[in-house]
Amino acid sequence: MTITAPQKTAPALPPLQPTGWLRYLSFSVDHKVIGLQYLICGFAFYLIGGAMAGAIRTELLSPVSDFMARDVYNQILTLHGTVMIFLWIVPVVNGAFGNYLIPFYVGARDMAYPRLNAVAFWLIPPAGLMLISSYFITGAAQSGWTAYPPLSITTPATGQIIWILSVLLLGGSSIFGGINFIATILKLRRPGLKLMQLPMYCWAMLGTSILVVLSTPVLAGTLIMLSFDIVAHTGFFNPGMGGNVVVYQHLFWFYSHPAVYIMVLPAFGLVSEILPVHCRKPLFGYTTMVYSIMAIVVLGLVVWAHHMFTSGTPPWMRLFFTIATAFIAVPTGIKFFNWLATLWGGRISLNSAVLFSCGFIVNFVLGGITGVALAQVPFDVHVHDTYFVVAHFHYIVYGGSVFVIFASIYHWYPKIIGRMLDEHLGRLHFLLTFIGFNLCFAPQHWLGLNGMPRRVAEYDPQFELVNQISSAGALLMAISTLPFLWNVIASAFYGAIAGDNPWRALTPEWLTSSPPPVENWKGDPPLVTHPYGYGTPGDEIDLNSASGSDLWRSGQ
Amino acid sequence: MTSLTPQNAQLDHVDDHDEDHGSEHPDHRMFGLATFLVADAMTFAGFFAAYLTFKAVNPLMPGAIYELELPLPTLNTILLLVSSATFHRAGVNLRKQQNERCRLWLMLTAMLGLAFLASQMVEYFTLPFGLADNLYASTFYALTGFHGLHVTLGTLMILIVWWQCRTPSGRISANNHFPLEAAELYWHFVDGIWVILFVILYLI
Ligand code: HEM
Ligand SMILES: [Cu+2]
Repeated sequence: MTITAPQKTAPALPPLQPTGWLRYLSFSVDHKVIGLQYLICGFAFYLIGGAMAGAIRTELLSPVSDFMARDVYNQILTLHGTVMIFLWIVPVVNGAFGNYLIPFYVGARDMAYPRLNAVAFWLIPPAGLMLISSYFITGAAQSGWTAYPPLSITTPATGQIIWILSVLLLGGSSIFGGINFIATILKLRRPGLKLMQLPMYCWAMLGTSILVVLSTPVLAGTLIMLSFDIVAHTGFFNPGMGGNVVVYQHLFWFYSHPAVYIMVLPAFGLVSEILPVHCRKPLFGYTTMVYSIMAIVVLGLVVWAHHMFTSGTPPWMRLFFTIATAFIAVPTGIKFFNWLATLWGGRISLNSAVLFSCGFIVNFVLGGITGVALAQVPFDVHVHDTYFVVAHFHYIVYGGSVFVIFASIYHWYPKIIGRMLDEHLGRLHFLLTFIGFNLCFAPQHWLGLNGMPRRVAEYDPQFELVNQISSAGALLMAISTLPFLWNVIASAFYGAIAGDNPWRALTPEWLTSSPPPVENWKGDPPLVTHPYGYGTPGDEIDLNSASGSDLWRSGQ
Repeated sequence: MTSLTPQNAQLDHVDDHDEDHGSEHPDHRMFGLATFLVADAMTFAGFFAAYLTFKAVNPLMPGAIYELELPLPTLNTILLLVSSATFHRAGVNLRKQQNERCRLWLMLTAMLGLAFLASQMVEYFTLPFGLADNLYASTFYALTGFHGLHVTLGTLMILIVWWQCRTPSGRISANNHFPLEAAELYWHFVDGIWVILFVILYLI
């Protein structure tokens, strides 16, 4: 572990901006403020999307549509998927933690383009509000988060157009963010810091941002074409006019398969930061981890048609995409075993952050296995568009990404706020979430295998009991949010003072005060060349060379 | 909530620090623009992929097949290629602090851009098909229209740069030539896309 002694140069005093909580409503260019804006805004949308999920599960308590009309069900379902993906997971695992952590990790005082960064964030609230208000004003889109034509062309146009506009704005925000991350990681590294010394989250964000920059624009172009079909009556995707719906599917999944990695790669990175700290062991297999991230980026761009096995894909295409998808399991498996090996023999402190991380590992491996199964054509043609697929991707997006978001909040809250979260409430939160989640989604595998189609408000009565079990799980998940909310709000005022580095972690964000000062460090940024140098006597922080500044207070 | 921010004293001076970024750090704006252009290129790639797939798997009805006239698009190609060269001259002159010459070249470039747009309009109005006539027509207008939007934006940028480098001490000058360089890179990009578009849409 080496931390070079900071030089004592005072940073120039920058001009005035709002202080206190007002900052969070301002066009701040401070990456930490923007990170928190993303996090809080994302969580607000999570609560809204969660309420929608509650409505869906309530409707599905009985086989007939009695709780809401069928077209309302379609609207709620579409909004739920869109909100959860584009307004909660993508902005939070990328925007929130990325903005907060990446400048620390590269030893910079801010992102490469602070103003672009603020613009990227402020595109999100209006887009989200527009999307949700469409439900009350004109009726929301009804064609699911995939907006497949011809359904999206034939359902009411206004809602669909608002949906397109809002997704275009969110895509733009995501692209600006991606450009910023690439430039920050590649160009803003503190002198002397090599790429292969960066914390793993940087690599994950680099890979994710490459995917964002390469694939999101294709979605934008596709949605523009779709809007022409709706507004100008062109026939790109309208079979009635000689158009081709399968082209839409190809273009859409060229974005949306990478999008699933945009949701989960950053989560991989975050887990790789959390586990070593609480196991007091170096991250196992750093180099293999880096290469598997990059392999996932490359392979992730060439597997999209596994979502289209029932769309008349020719045999050679099925063969190619099955094999390519199976290959992705290899780098993914490498990462999985690296996490296990990081845990193995460590001095694990089983706190909430670790519990959620371990929950992630368990859920993710289940979701990964069903994913590989789905990539096999003979199996997929039977379960495509059934609840089996719903179970698969919820195991990954909720059991994976959302679990990691919670783990990260437990891990970084002391840094962000300066106070500790309550462990008991945290464990209660984990227990309720883990049980609720599995109760909700595990039965859906069975439902899908037995032929219950997804995205419909009514179903065969034989599935009633299992659906009710699933809804009970959803209720438990809703309840699990309460101890969490209470915890984060109350702890901000009454939590134990965290100190600079309560976890005795080695990554650079901990080598400053909590919360960190405006330009991250009062002195020069520390040079952390071994971010995972745990497990050696005294954790090998050279306190002498790190002293003389606010970097580190010993005796925590 | 103020209890969350013990460094309040510090926060009085929150960093709006990109004003003095230029002197502190090397300039990364060109890198950002280049990354953005990669993204932009991917949008075009999506359109091209759609066009080529449509062409391969969705045969047009008999009678809906047109031979596009080549003279106008060829003229357009030449206009854009020449404008890339004139833009380059403008940049060279700005760096030599010859603002007047630079502005002359810029104006010429903008004129070439406008000429391109005008001739594109002429083509639109003489074509025998409209936006929603058939798949081919729609894709044709989507591609050329999206590209035309880029040319319009680029021309506006050129005019802004032209206005802002009036004097050697103006906002854009030999000391601050980033805006000109950015517009130039963008212009070359739009130019390159046109060449690909010309080949794919008109020649094959
Ligand atoms: C181990 C790697 C994975 C494999 C092999 C895999 C495979 C598949 C396949 C074949 C499908 C299509 C099923 C069908 O529609 O018939 C699918 C659907 C889906 N997967 Fe995965 N997957 C993997 C990982 C992920 C990850 C990491 C995520 C998200 C973070 C994810 C999210 C989704 C979503 C959202 C869908 C459903 C899309 C929809 O139709 O709405 N998957 N997966
Ligand atoms: Cu996929």
